[in-house]
Amino acid sequence: MGWVLDNLGLIGELTLTHMGLSLIPVILGALLSIPLGWLAHRYPPARGSILSVVGIFYTIPSLALFVLLPPLFGFSILSELNVIVALVIYAIAIMVRSVSDAFSSIDPGALRAATALGYGPWQRFFHVELPLAGPVLLAGLRVVSVSTVSLVTVGVLVGVKSLGYFFTDGFQRRIESEILTGIVMTLVVALIFDLALLALGRAVMPWSLLAAKRLNQEVS
Amino acid sequence: MRTLTRNLSIVGTIATAAVVGGCAAGGSDTIVVGSQAYYSNEIVAEIYAQALEAEGFSVERSFQIGQRDAYIPALEAGEVDLFPEYTGNLLQFYDADTTATETTAVYDALQAALPEQLTALAMSPATDQDSYNVTSEFAAANSLESIGDLAGVSPLVLGGAPELEERPYGPSGLMEVYGVSVEFDATGEVTLDALLAGEVQVANIYTGNPAIAQYGLVTLADSEGLFLASNIVPIAGSDVADEIASIINPISEAMSPDELVAMNLQSTAEEMSAPDIAAQWLEENGF
Amino acid sequence: MEVFADAWQWLVDPQNYVGEGSLLQRSLEHVGYTLWVMAVGSAIAIPLGFYIGHTGRGRGWTVGITGAARALPTFGLFLYLVLVIGVERREIAAVIALVLLAIPPLLAGAYSGVDQIDRRVLDAARAQGMTGWQLLFRVELPLALPLVVGGIRNAVLQVVATVTLIAYVGLGGLGYDIIQGIPLRRFDQMIGSAFAIVVIALLLDAVFAALTRIVTPEGVRRAGGEDIRARENSRR
Repeated sequence: MGWVLDNLGLIGELTLTHMGLSLIPVILGALLSIPLGWLAHRYPPARGSILSVVGIFYTIPSLALFVLLPPLFGFSILSELNVIVALVIYAIAIMVRSVSDAFSSIDPGALRAATALGYGPWQRFFHVELPLAGPVLLAGLRVVSVSTVSLVTVGVLVGVKSLGYFFTDGFQRRIESEILTGIVMTLVVALIFDLALLALGRAVMPWSLLAAKRLNQEVS
Repeated sequence: MRTLTRNLSIVGTIATAAVVGGCAAGGSDTIVVGSQAYYSNEIVAEIYAQALEAEGFSVERSFQIGQRDAYIPALEAGEVDLFPEYTGNLLQFYDADTTATETTAVYDALQAALPEQLTALAMSPATDQDSYNVTSEFAAANSLESIGDLAGVSPLVLGGAPELEERPYGPSGLMEVYGVSVEFDATGEVTLDALLAGEVQVANIYTGNPAIAQYGLVTLADSEGLFLASNIVPIAGSDVADEIASIINPISEAMSPDELVAMNLQSTAEEMSAPDIAAQWLEENGF
Repeated sequence: MEVFADAWQWLVDPQNYVGEGSLLQRSLEHVGYTLWVMAVGSAIAIPLGFYIGHTGRGRGWTVGITGAARALPTFGLFLYLVLVIGVERREIAAVIALVLLAIPPLLAGAYSGVDQIDRRVLDAARAQGMTGWQLLFRVELPLALPLVVGGIRNAVLQVVATVTLIAYVGLGGLGYDIIQGIPLRRFDQMIGSAFAIVVIALLLDAVFAALTRIVTPEGVRRAGGEDIRARENSRR
C-alpha cells in the first residue's frame, strides 16, 4: 500500500492519459464503422469483401500492428499516433460486423412504414434506422470500448505511456503493488467508459432501456 | 429525433475539448527534461529537473521516453532540452566502431561524435555501465576474478538484454578479446533472477544495480577493456547548454557511483518515487 | 517501403531457419505455447460451459464474468504473475495468464452453444426415449459444436496474439524478434516476425472457419442455420 499512497499523483496522471488515448479510437472507430457497416448491410455483394478485409485486421496481434503500420503510414513506431491508428483499426474491425448485424436486425416492416409515411432515404436513416439499431450498436460499442482500454496498455512496449507504464516499471523495480495498481486502474477506466456509454445510451435512446438490458445478456 | 443528434453533438464537443485540452504544449521558455525507460535514469533526470526549478527555471518533464530511437531524434530536434545519458553507450550509438574504452578517451570521443545541436556537459564520476557478473559461489568454485578466467569454464551461458547478442562487447567480443565462448540467453528484464537461479552462469548487469551488492555478486575485472567506460553525462541542446551548465555541472560532480547505487536501492527496495529520492539527494548534498 | 523488402529478405533467408533462435524455433515455440494454453483452457472452460448452458445455473454470473474479463490487461496480469509465482517459474506464469485469457471466449462458446438449442428438440429426443448421456452425445453436442468451435477459434486468435508478449521476460515465441528488434533498430526482423505472426493467425483462422463449416450438422446447414457463428466479441 505504501507505494500506492506515495504515487497517487502519478496514478492520477497516467489514468487521465490512458483515458485520453482510449477515447479517440472508440469515437473514431464508431464513427467510421457506422457507414461501413451500413454499406455491408445494404449491399450484400459488398458485404462479403468488407467483412473479409475487416476480419483480416481483426486477426493481427497488436504488437505486430504497431510494427507494421509505421512504414506504411510514415509515422514513427514510437509515436502516440501509431498506437491510436492501430486501435482505430481494431475498433473498426470489431464494430463493423456488429453494425451490419444491427441494421440487418431491424424489422423491414418498420422501414416500409417509414417510407409509406413519406420519409426520404436520409431522413429514414437518421430518424428510423439509426435509432432502431441503437441498442445493438451500443452493445457493440461497449465491446470496442473495453477492448481498446485494455489494448492501450500494450503501447508501453513502443514507448507510449499509459497505465501500461506501471507494468514495465513495476516489473523492473520488482514492485508488485505497482503492477497491481496498473491492472486495477485499467479495469476502473474500462468500467468508467462502460458506465458512460450506458448513460449515453439512456440519454440518447430513453425508450430502449429494456431492450438494452435484454441485449446485454445476449451479446456477452 | 432532434434529441439524438443534439445529444450526440454535445458529447462530441465535450470529448473533443477534453482531448485537445489534454494535448497542451509547454511554453517556449521551459526546459524540457527527458529520461529513458529506466528507473535509475529517471531519478537523475528528476534531480536535474528539481535543481533547475530551484533556480527559477520552468521545467517540463518528459520521462520514460524509451529507446534511443525515440529520444535522440527528439533531442536533436530540440523537443527535449536536457537528458541524462551514459558516455560509453551513447558514443557507441553515434560511432559504432569507436576504439575508445577509457573514461576520458570515451568522453572526448563522445564530444567529437555528437552532432552540432547537442552538447555534452561535464560528466559525473557516477557510472552505470555494463559489467559481467557471477554469483560468489560460482566465482569461488571456478576461481574467477577477471573475465579472462572464464575461458575453459563449461557450460557457460551468458544472460543479458536481448540486444547484448549483437553488441561488440557481447558473445563475439568475449571470444575475440578473452577467448571465452558462451551461449547467449536473452533474459532481458529477468537477467538477475536467471543468474541467481543458475539458468545462466554469467550475466550482464549494470554497475548501478543495487542487486550486485545485495546478492554478493562478483563483478569480473575487465582487464582488456572490453567494455567502454560509461559515466553519467548530461546531454543538452546547444542553445540552452550555457544557461544551465552552471547549475547542472556541480550536480554531476557531486554524484558518486556509490550514491547512485544507494538511490537505486531506495527506488527498488524502499519503493520510493523518483521525485522523493531526488529531493532527498539534493538536500543532503546542499543544493 | 524499403523496409518491407528487407523484411522479406529476412523471412526467406535460409540461414534464418537453422540453429538457435531461428525463425522456425520461434514459430514452434509460439505454436507450442498456444497449444498448451488451448488444451488447459478447453479442459476447464468447455465442460463448465456445457454445465452452465445445460442446467441454466450460474448463467448471469457467467455473462458478467466473460464481459468483465475482456477488460483485463493480459500483459499486466502476466507480469504480475511472474513476480508473484517467481521468475524461475515464468513459463507457468505465462501459461496461467494466457489460460485466463482463453477461458472467457471458450466459456462463451460452450455456454451459448448449448443454450441456443431449441428446447423442443431436446423434448423430442427425450420423448423418443433417449437417456441423459445419449441426449448429450447425440443431440446436444452436435448441435452445440458450431458455436463451441467458434469459441475455440476466438480463443486461439486471442492466445496467438498475446503469446507475442511473453518474450518480454525472455520466453520464446515470435514476439522475441520484435521485442529484441526495437532497441537494435532491426526493422527487417521486427516486420518479418510481425508478418509471420499474422500469417500464422490467418492460417489458424481459415482452418477454424473451415472446421466450423464441417462440424455444422448436415441438417442444420440445410435448414439455413449456417450463420450461427459465435459472436466475435473478444479482443486481444
